[in-house]
Order: sequence, then structure tokens, then C-alpha cells
Amino acid sequence: MATKTSSRWRFASLEFVLGMSLTVVICLAVLFSDLLFPGGADKIDLMARLAKPFATAAHPFGTDPLGRDVLARVVAGGKISLLVGFTSVIGAVVFGVLVGLIAGYYRGFWDMLVMRFADLQLAMPFILLAITFIAIVGGSLTNTIILLIVSQWVQYARLVRGSVLTLREREFVLSARAIGVKDWRIIIQHLLPNLIGPVIVLMTLNVANNILLESSLTFLGLGVDPTIPSWGGMLADGRTYLQTAWWVSVFPGLAILLTVLGLNLLGDWLRDSLDPTGRTSR
Amino acid sequence: MSMTENSKPLLSVERLSVEFGESRVVDDLSFTVEAGQTVAVVGESGSGKSVTSLSTMRLADMMGAYYASGRIMFNGRDLLQASQKEMRSVRGKEIAMIFQEPMTSLNPVFTIGDQICEVLVLHEKMSKSAALAEAGRLLDMVRLPDSEELLTRYPHQLSGGMRQRVMIAMALACRPKLLIADEPTTALDVTIQAQILNIMRDLQKTLGMGMVFITHDMGVVAEMADHVVVMWKGKKVEEGPVREIFANPQHPYTQALLSAVPKLGSMTGEAFPKRLPLTILQDGKPTVVGEERIQDTVKNGATPLLSVKDLYVRFDIKKNLFGKATHRLSAVQKVSFDIHPGETLALVGESGSGKSTIGRTIQQLQSAMSGDIAFNGRTFSSMSAAERFRLRQDVQYIFQDPFASLDPRKTVGFSIAEPINTHSLISDAKAVRRRVDELLERVGLTSDVATRYPHEFSGGQRQRVCIARALASDPKLIIADEALSALDVSIQAQIINLFMDLQAERGLAYLFISHDMAVVEKMSHRVAVLFLGQIMELGSRRQVFETPAHDYTRRLLSAVPVADPTVARQSAMIEGEIPNPVKRVGDEPAILVHEEINPGHFVAKSA
Repeated sequence: MATKTSSRWRFASLEFVLGMSLTVVICLAVLFSDLLFPGGADKIDLMARLAKPFATAAHPFGTDPLGRDVLARVVAGGKISLLVGFTSVIGAVVFGVLVGLIAGYYRGFWDMLVMRFADLQLAMPFILLAITFIAIVGGSLTNTIILLIVSQWVQYARLVRGSVLTLREREFVLSARAIGVKDWRIIIQHLLPNLIGPVIVLMTLNVANNILLESSLTFLGLGVDPTIPSWGGMLADGRTYLQTAWWVSVFPGLAILLTVLGLNLLGDWLRDSLDPTGRTSR
Repeated sequence: MSMTENSKPLLSVERLSVEFGESRVVDDLSFTVEAGQTVAVVGESGSGKSVTSLSTMRLADMMGAYYASGRIMFNGRDLLQASQKEMRSVRGKEIAMIFQEPMTSLNPVFTIGDQICEVLVLHEKMSKSAALAEAGRLLDMVRLPDSEELLTRYPHQLSGGMRQRVMIAMALACRPKLLIADEPTTALDVTIQAQILNIMRDLQKTLGMGMVFITHDMGVVAEMADHVVVMWKGKKVEEGPVREIFANPQHPYTQALLSAVPKLGSMTGEAFPKRLPLTILQDGKPTVVGEERIQDTVKNGATPLLSVKDLYVRFDIKKNLFGKATHRLSAVQKVSFDIHPGETLALVGESGSGKSTIGRTIQQLQSAMSGDIAFNGRTFSSMSAAERFRLRQDVQYIFQDPFASLDPRKTVGFSIAEPINTHSLISDAKAVRRRVDELLERVGLTSDVATRYPHEFSGGQRQRVCIARALASDPKLIIADEALSALDVSIQAQIINLFMDLQAERGLAYLFISHDMAVVEKMSHRVAVLFLGQIMELGSRRQVFETPAHDYTRRLLSAVPVADPTVARQSAMIEGEIPNPVKRVGDEPAILVHEEINPGHFVAKSA
């Protein structure tokens, strides 16, 4: 039963090795896409429109209807997708967790106000919220990220508040209060570490969700400039060619899948490593 | 017992070994149960007693148990060879089981009637109406009043004792040949425990079934068992008739276990609590360690350390549409007492008596409705915020569950250092670490465990960590809220001695909150008996235990199971439930007047 403290960060686990290598490879490729494909994602090869994948060395993943290299576009498209995915999730987590912690710990009037507002927002369809929001502030990359944060912080706030409500009655929190530990220290040192597990799981799931949401927004003309390649956008574009040229949409889809898989594995590993009892890993 | 002399035993466990993964939890265990006989399986936590009962029901399979060897013969067949499908017709019908927690073993969304009927319809193929009639009869059998009406109620409307009776009624619905009771009364109050034990004993006699009674409480064993199996670390260390085991224990472990059991009445005639030497197992031999010392530590000076005066605490339970309270729980009513430096005052009472609420109010975890608490002569209401904060250094709280009161994500070193850091008692990080090491060693742990996490410790070790943490800020008063109840008796005895040693060393005062009369007798100077938020009796330990003047005190004392099978219990006076303390606003219970019948001995006059 006694697990050694030193072995808490199990770097040798399958989850860590697989998750880390997937994430690192994808991130590096996306980051250095300009170096990998000097021609860029928009270079058009009219002679090789809709070229099949794995046929030529020039276009290993084939080309799209305009003769652009799918591999180059997948790598370049990761920029927008990962940027939107990561920043929107981090923003929503920071804001939502903070609100959830404070509302759950102090209860009272502000808790009621914030949570009823959250309910109100949850009741509003996302598309309606998106159209209203973009209509007011205009579509751009930053605004897309802000929109996603605004629409998702509620999930974290509710999740965290629920955990805080049960945790604050637990004896170890009571005993910290009995000693005289300050509220913010109780929140940061005792509550936060004990509820971070489910937040990490939700985070990793939402990264994938947001990559896809960004593409739906772009598809509706509410997101980023549609000429900039992104995974979601490529998926949407390839939809019409699905029966004749599957590779146009399958490869960006695969990129999303692998990114999400890598992040999920890393998330699971992080959650298990943060729990000294190692209960969740079983 | 006599009728089965030449027939086979009802249940016979033969050389059973059960493994979970690599650890062997039950090792080469054999025992038999005859019809009409009660076999108590006794042991402390981790002894494998519960796994034994779950294996008999083949419920251990679902937890990943592997039966390495042995047979469990019941009714001429080996239960270990039976399929789960066959077991389903045995469970509940031929072998029934009662679990520890009556709160969680009933389904909250079905009525009592539905749940009892389910068993009858399933196993006895009764019609719904016949099953309902039978269910009513079963509730009568476990002496539940108004059975007709009770059938339509939901579990949350019943008290813990009533729920456990319903569980017994359900277990007996199909007239099982064998009843397995796994710590059936551990979660209940003593007076309720006494009632349940009475019912179980009577029913076993009338139904003639065999019973396996699993418990850690030697007092309960002495009252219930015909035959005792003592388990230790998965092995059976001793077995025999109950009188034999108590009168003449053979195995060193049994000897140590019996010597650790607190016995009510053991302190009769003593003016002060006594620190007694302990019998512990050392290299397989029982060895007596520690000194005997009279705990004369009270300093009856001019100002008491803590003085509680006319304290009232009420909780609003129900509110009307406008947020005005309509029903209130009067948790604490006009409670007054003093604690002097170096003194142990025990608050005893059953659930709902308000004893924990008093402790929490003193620790400022709960606000009082009226009344005042003074520490060192200064009342809380006259203190500044800084003084109140300082009080959290002088008064420390130890909770019942040592696992729940330590943050699972922090090392024990962090937890022990927390009070030091919070009150900035030592600024240098190295010095803090030295202090933590010192504290760990003081409570009998080694200093290298500071980097470990709570789950790596046993229950007793965790409670030692909690004590070290309470000592860290050098307090003057420690409130111990059922701090010993979750521990095994042998560990309990060690912790009692630790408490007493610390008191002698540092002149600590304790507010010792407990429901266990025997433990209270062992360690307190003065005792206050609480019932429904009011003090029924307050006096020195001798006054309260030797000349109890209030009916409720006598009831409590007579309900405590005596760890001596030769003593017949007077069970006549133990009946009735603990009343519901939630009352309508304006219908608050009457405040009782106290009378001093002897110097320092106060008794509530009945209204």
C-alpha cells in the first residue's frame, strides 16, 4: 500500500512517454512549419490537383482541390488550431476555477448571484451567444478566443464550486480553520490541490472541443479569416469531397485526434501524479 | 447446541486462505458454527475478519479476492465451488448478512415496505399483498412500534437504531439458517446498541439459527458469543468457549487485547485518573511497559482556564417563504462549565446531545446564539480580532477521524508545521523542520516520516500525527472530539497514555468529548453528562460514576457492554429512542434547573 514518495512522478509510464512524445512532435512541427515547408501552405500546384496520398514524394498526403499540399496545410493549420485550443482553455480554467473557489468557499449573496448568472448562460444556445457576441465586437482571432472563454468558464466554475462545497465541510479543512489558517491559504493549499483532478480531465477534453468550435465559427463566418488554414477549416472544406478525395479531410482530422490523444494521456498522467495516494491510477 | 451433537455443523470453514493480489488477507482459517450457536470472530482492523464474512457470502469475489485454498462447507456443499448464480439463491435466503452502516445499506428512494417485500417476493415467491403482511409481522418481531405505518416510510425518516432493526427484519425475512452480522452495532449509540443486541439474542433463540458475529468490541463479544475465534493479521490465533477465552486467554495477542480493553468500574475508589502500564506484544511475548502514575495535575487556581457560561447554540432547520426560521434544532441549551489548567473534563452523551457543537463553539468554528465563553478570564465578546486569532494557538482541536482531518495531498510534515507557520512561531525553515521532528518523536513516531503522506500510515499513527499537530503551537487546551473512537483498543490504550503523559508534562487541559463511558472513566477528572443539549449531571469522575444521581446517567452506564461473560446484564431499563431535537420555533424544550447535591456535583432536576 505504501507508495514511495520519490516515485510519484512516474516518468517511465506509458501514458507519459506516449503523451509527451505525441504532444512534443506535433507542437514542434507546428512551431517550425515555415522551416519545414518553405513554400508555405498556400502554394498552388495546379498540375497536381486532388493528387492521391502516398503516391509522390512531393505530396505525401496528397493535395486538395486547389492543388495545395495537404501535409503542409495540416502542419501550418495547427498554428491557429492549437493557439485557439490552448489559450481559450487556459483562460476559461483560470477564470472559472477562481470564481468557483471563491463562490463555493464564501457562499452567500455573491455565490448565488454568480451561479444564477452561470445558469442563465448555460441555458443560452452557444450559436446564439456566438452570433450576438461577434455581431457586437466583430470577428477576429482574439475575439474568437474571448468568446470561447466566455462560453466555457461556467463549466469550470460549476465543477469547482461543487467540489468546494463538499471539501469545505471535510475535517481537514475544518481543522485548518481551527488552527487559524487564513482563508486564501486554505483555498490555495488545501482546496485547489484536492479538486484539480476533474478540472484537468475537463481541460483536455475541451482543447479538442474548442479546435472544432473554432472551425464551426469560421464556417459560419463568425471566426477567424477563412483563408488562414486551420484544422477545423480544412475539415469543413474537405467535407464536399469526402466521397472522391477522403484525404483532404481525413488528415486534418487525424491531426486533431492525435493532439487530443496526446493531451488526454498527459492529462491523465498529471492527474495521477498530483495524487499522492495513487488511487485514481487503478 | 445440544440437538446437533451428532449432526454436521451448519457452517464449517476449513483451512481457508484468501488473497488480494499478492497479499494474503486470510491465512489457513478454520472454524465451525452449529445451529443455534453464536460464534464471534474478533480482531482489530486488518485482521481479516470482514473478508472472512464476505468470502462466506462470496461477495469478496467482486472485490477481487482469490481463494487460494480451503473449503467453506454449508448445508453439505462447498460454497467456494458454487457459481455466482447459485450463490444468489443462497444469499438472503439461507445465509443473511447485516452490515455496519444502517444509513447506507438501505436504498433511500424506496419505502421500508418495498424493500422488505422485495426479499420476500424474490426468494419466497410471495404475492405483493402477502409480502406486505409478512413484512409488518417482521417489523413487529424486531419490536418496531406502529409497523403498519412504518412500512410506508422512507429510510431517512427513521433513526439509526430503527434502520438497523429494519435491516435485521430484512435479514430474517426468509428464515435464514445462518446470520452473519458484521459490526452491526458499531455505528450506534450505546443505549441503542444495547437494544439491538437484546433483540438479536432473543431472535436467535426463537429462530434457532446460527450466527457469525464479527466485531472488534470485547464487551459485545462477552454479551453475545458462545464461542470466540480471535484473529490477528489474517490468522486464527486462538479459539474457544467465551468464558474460557476471557478467563484464561492462551495466546499472547489475546492476552494483550483483553488487557487493553477499558473496563467500566475499573477505577472505582480512585480519586484521580491513573496512567496505567500497558501489556503489549514484544517479540511474540506479552510485555508490560510504562509506569503507573496518579494523574494529579489539576491546578485549581483562582481563574479557570476556560469558562463557559449559559451557552446556547441553535440551528435553523426549516425556513418559511420569507426566510424566517420555523423549525430549530436546539443543539446546546444553557450549558455552563469550567476547565482548570491541567484538568480533563469529559463531555459524554449520545448522538444529538450537542457535545461536538460545544467543542466547535469553543474553537470558534461555530457561533453561539447567546452565552459567553471566557479563556483565561477574558470573554470572547470582549476580545479583539487579533486576540481571537491568538486563541487558535492556545486552543487546539483533534477530530474523530484521523484520516479525514489530514489533507491527503500534503505531507504530514507540512500538516504539523502548519500551525507553526500560521502563527509565525518560528521563522527559520530549518528550525521549523527541527521542531516537526521533535514533535513526531514526542508522539512516538520517527522523524523521517515527515515527508510521507497520510495514506501511508495506519489509523493509530495518523492520530499520533494529529496529536503532534495539535501540540505544535504549544496550546494550553486541547479539545479532543471522539479522538479515540476510530481506533483499535490496543492503540486506544496507547493514545490514552500519551494524552496523560502530555498532560503531566505540560499541564495541558483537555476537553474530552466522547460517547465511550469506559474510556471517559479512565482518563477524566470531571465529567459532564449531556442529553439533548443540556447538562444532566456534572461532577467529579467519582461522583458521576460511583454515585450517579440522574436517571439518564444510570441508563448510559447500564447500557455499556461489560467485557466479562459471567456478568448478566440488566437490560430492563434500556428501552426507547433518543427524541428528535428539532422543534418548532416557540416550542423550545424546557430549560432544566440544576441542583448541587454534593460539593461540585450538580444534577438536573426533571421538569
